[in-house]
Amino acid sequence: MIPASFAYHRPETLAEALTILAADDPGVKLLAGGQSLLPVLKIRLAEVGMLVDIGRIEELRGIRAGADGWLVIGAGTRWNEILEDPRIAVQEPLLHEAVDGIADLQVRNRGTIGGSVAHADPAADIAAVLLARDASVAVRSATAGRAGPVHGFWRGAFETALGPGELITEIRLPVLPPGAGGAYRSVTQAASGYPVAGVAAVVARSAGRIAWVRIGVTGVAEAPYRALAAESALAGSTGEPDALAAAAALVTSGRTVLGDPHADPDYRAHVAAVVARRALEAACARAG
Amino acid sequence: MSHEVSLVVNGVPRTCAVEPRRMLADLLRSDLGLTGTNVGCDTTQCGACTVLVDGRAVKSCTVLAVQADGSDVTTIEGLAGPDRTLHPLQEAFIACHGLQCGFCTPGMILAAADLVARDPDPSDAAIRHALEGNICRCTGYTPIVDAVRAGAAAMRAGTPEA
Repeated sequence: MIPASFAYHRPETLAEALTILAADDPGVKLLAGGQSLLPVLKIRLAEVGMLVDIGRIEELRGIRAGADGWLVIGAGTRWNEILEDPRIAVQEPLLHEAVDGIADLQVRNRGTIGGSVAHADPAADIAAVLLARDASVAVRSATAGRAGPVHGFWRGAFETALGPGELITEIRLPVLPPGAGGAYRSVTQAASGYPVAGVAAVVARSAGRIAWVRIGVTGVAEAPYRALAAESALAGSTGEPDALAAAAALVTSGRTVLGDPHADPDYRAHVAAVVARRALEAACARAG
Repeated sequence: MSHEVSLVVNGVPRTCAVEPRRMLADLLRSDLGLTGTNVGCDTTQCGACTVLVDGRAVKSCTVLAVQADGSDVTTIEGLAGPDRTLHPLQEAFIACHGLQCGFCTPGMILAAADLVARDPDPSDAAIRHALEGNICRCTGYTPIVDAVRAGAAAMRAGTPEA
């Protein structure tokens, strides 16, 4: 399978990439690791006029400590670099657990976190985790920069809040409440590895009660989302099994659940509640 | 418009003029004649086309040749020694009968090479996890896992203790 012809440019700096984007040419598409985009081009679901390869821009790579204890991951950081960073395994076991399950070894060696967030696959594993971790997405254009919560960043299937001329520069993770525990659980479609439903939960207790909870859901609706009704149901509870199951049952509340040949909407909603319960149980077991 | 791509392939510097849409797998197979890199699904799923780029396993059907410009690439043809002595992983795939039709074998071996470079004594679970992106349609996975375990052991035995 051969993509339709396109031009190729590989800027060395972020400034150069942003200058190209500023022209707002609809034929221009950014290429990071290419593990989602290249298959799309090969089967000709899409055609581009020019690929701008941002894969070698050093300013977009790497993991660093940000202000106020935030952990900052450059958008161009590859999955294997996240997995192999000792800080991630220690500080972000939930992220580590989820990234280790993304696609396969070869794809993790090329694919980037920013590329995945920008691609906005409604079933991306990482989306559930970034929602549960209250991540912030930093974006830049040639003239301005901004950062905002990942909650709301995905507008629909393969659709984001990125504006004209903007690219994602960083994914930022805030400090967790003390003693917080997190887990990601999914049921995957065996051939593709994509989740039928995936749920990430982060829970923190205070005086024996759940004082803080975030639940991110992927693979279930047109875009990954935070299960706000389930979060509200858990806040202040003691986290007993019945309370977790009752909250998990609300995980698709208010959402139009997707159906496909692998899972009709009723079945997918059922799976979502099951993996939500499993994620909440594991998160509570890990929470101090 | 074609782009000039310079790579070191199996230790030999190579320069090719390619269209941007040319995949690394096609450069290796068609421009350089290295047909040990098999293309199976051509959709990033089967892993038959796995090669090492700067030491890491990638699916060469899903890497543009221009993206690999300046990289060090190892294909199955480059694993044997200069005297054509097989790599311990290759020997282990023969000894353990880790192949039936053989189509997936180059990709299996190169994915395993990436694993063993980082985890010299991998558990069976780690081997299976590392090979999730490699499909054997003869379904001979058990001897493949045996081969990776044996190959890793042979590599450890052949590495002088520090």
